[in-house]
Amino acid sequence: MNNTLFEVKDLEVNYGLIQAVKGISFKIDKGSIVSLIGANGAGKTTTLHALSGLLKHKGQIYFEDKDITHLSSDKKVSLGIVQVPERRRIFANLTVIENLEMGAYLRRDKEEIKKDLDKVFTSFPRLKERKEQLGGTLSGGEQQMLAIARALMSKPKLLLLDEPSMGLSPLLVKEIFNIILDINNKEGVTVLLVEQNAKMALSISDHAYALENGKIVTSGSGKELLNSEDIKKAYLGG
Amino acid sequence: MNLFTQQIVNGLSLGAIYALIALGYTMVYGICKLINFAHGDIIMVGSYIAYVLLANGISLPVSIIASVVGCVIVGVLIEKIAYKPLRDTSRISLLITAIGISYLLQNLCQLIMGVNPLTFPSIINIESLNFFGVTITGNMLVTLIISIILMIVIDLLVKKTKIGKAMRAVSEDREAASLMGININSIISITFAIGSALAAIAGILWAANYPQLKPTMGSLPGIKAFIAAVFGGIGIVPGAVLGGFLLGLVETMTKAYISTQFSDGIVFFILIVMLIFKPNGILGKNEKEKV
Ligand SMILES: Nc1ncnc2c1ncn2[C@@H]1O[C@H](COP(=O)(O)OP(=O)(O)O)[C@@H](O)[C@H]1O
Ligand SMILES: [Mg+2]
Repeated sequence: MNNTLFEVKDLEVNYGLIQAVKGISFKIDKGSIVSLIGANGAGKTTTLHALSGLLKHKGQIYFEDKDITHLSSDKKVSLGIVQVPERRRIFANLTVIENLEMGAYLRRDKEEIKKDLDKVFTSFPRLKERKEQLGGTLSGGEQQMLAIARALMSKPKLLLLDEPSMGLSPLLVKEIFNIILDINNKEGVTVLLVEQNAKMALSISDHAYALENGKIVTSGSGKELLNSEDIKKAYLGG
Repeated sequence: MNLFTQQIVNGLSLGAIYALIALGYTMVYGICKLINFAHGDIIMVGSYIAYVLLANGISLPVSIIASVVGCVIVGVLIEKIAYKPLRDTSRISLLITAIGISYLLQNLCQLIMGVNPLTFPSIINIESLNFFGVTITGNMLVTLIISIILMIVIDLLVKKTKIGKAMRAVSEDREAASLMGININSIISITFAIGSALAAIAGILWAANYPQLKPTMGSLPGIKAFIAAVFGGIGIVPGAVLGGFLLGLVETMTKAYISTQFSDGIVFFILIVMLIFKPNGILGKNEKEKV
């Protein structure tokens, strides 16, 4: 049985003359958590932006066995490929609830949207308390929760998370990772997790790829990479 | 005292038209960060379309609708043909393109309609109202009522509707908005359509109040409405309304009490002084640009 949900073949992305992603290929199984780890500047965000249709690129992208390489960003969202961008990118001048409505922008099922809103508020009670507050007035942790909740409002099949732990306290990082696990376990959402925080990411991943200077240098199960000497040296502080 | 009150009424009625035009400037700026200098000329397009139809015996409602539709088409096409290909280039090249389009529209109008001024028919035949010696002409009354209704509609649209929220999202962070599945091109087209529709109405109201049509007629009200938008805080919808009314009042008062000849110069001077103290306009936040 073919269990692949998402596949990337020979992805290359250039910024002018500079090649930021140099022909990477990887697969994501349905229902799994896959992480892409790498240092600052390795090309992680560039990869996600290309996958979301924000950047021109070479190579092919397949989703549910269909070639989606040339689809625009809104078409990709409508298929269920949804990104939670780096630094959250909350709409600061929109209220919490308006931010969530933007997550559901492409949906037409009003009743279901309402139910999902209630569900999101049950999972994130702090957002419920602040639902009329402007997004820009939330704390960093709350903004990250809003960014994830906003993406969930689109009913994603594949969630692309770009450094969700960035700038958060260790306690909050734990909370965010538990939320990601929940989304994967309970909602059945497949996750591509991009992180510099390799230890945390690897510990919850079924499979992982390490990116260095735009190339995949290692791959394996989360456990394998956690125990790999190279990875330990490069990303886990020895 | 009555003269003063009369000037306030005159100023508000003039300001209402500026506000309608300023809304188009500010909404387009909010979404595209583009000063659409061709926006003023849409007023001209709108009043000429209405003129031609009315002159051919078409009814007023149909002429108004056709003028709105015509302006929407022209406005959206300008964006698609002239601005969109330059979207990711420098703002200066966009600005120059906008100025070029402005002249293009004026020249096309000249070519089609000739240079001689035309006289717009009187379309608002309501008796003037008199309150304690203050006269409100039918033109003023209709201008004020229509403009205020349109401003409320725009305010509700931007605040309450899904499209309005998407417009605000795009204006704040285009990339993040794309990631929500918002189609940026359609939001930009809708914004140009709304701005052009308002300009069409503004054009007809302008022609009803000042019935002389010329190919360059949109230029000065356009520039003033742009100033009004900057006055209020460019990109901010209530700012355009506030700026429009303020500009109308300042202009009318200057004409009444200081000088008819120098009124435009004085208006520009006031703008410059105000921008020294509030560089982002009256309602603009005085914040440094975010990184
Ligand atoms: N808009 C851009 N223009 C030019 N170079 C860029 C741009 N964005 C990123 N880069 C470069 O591409 C490389 C990868 O960046 P990025 O994908 O942001 O890395 P990461 O997310 O792994 O930290 C870096 O060398 C970075 O400087
Ligand atoms: Mg990054």
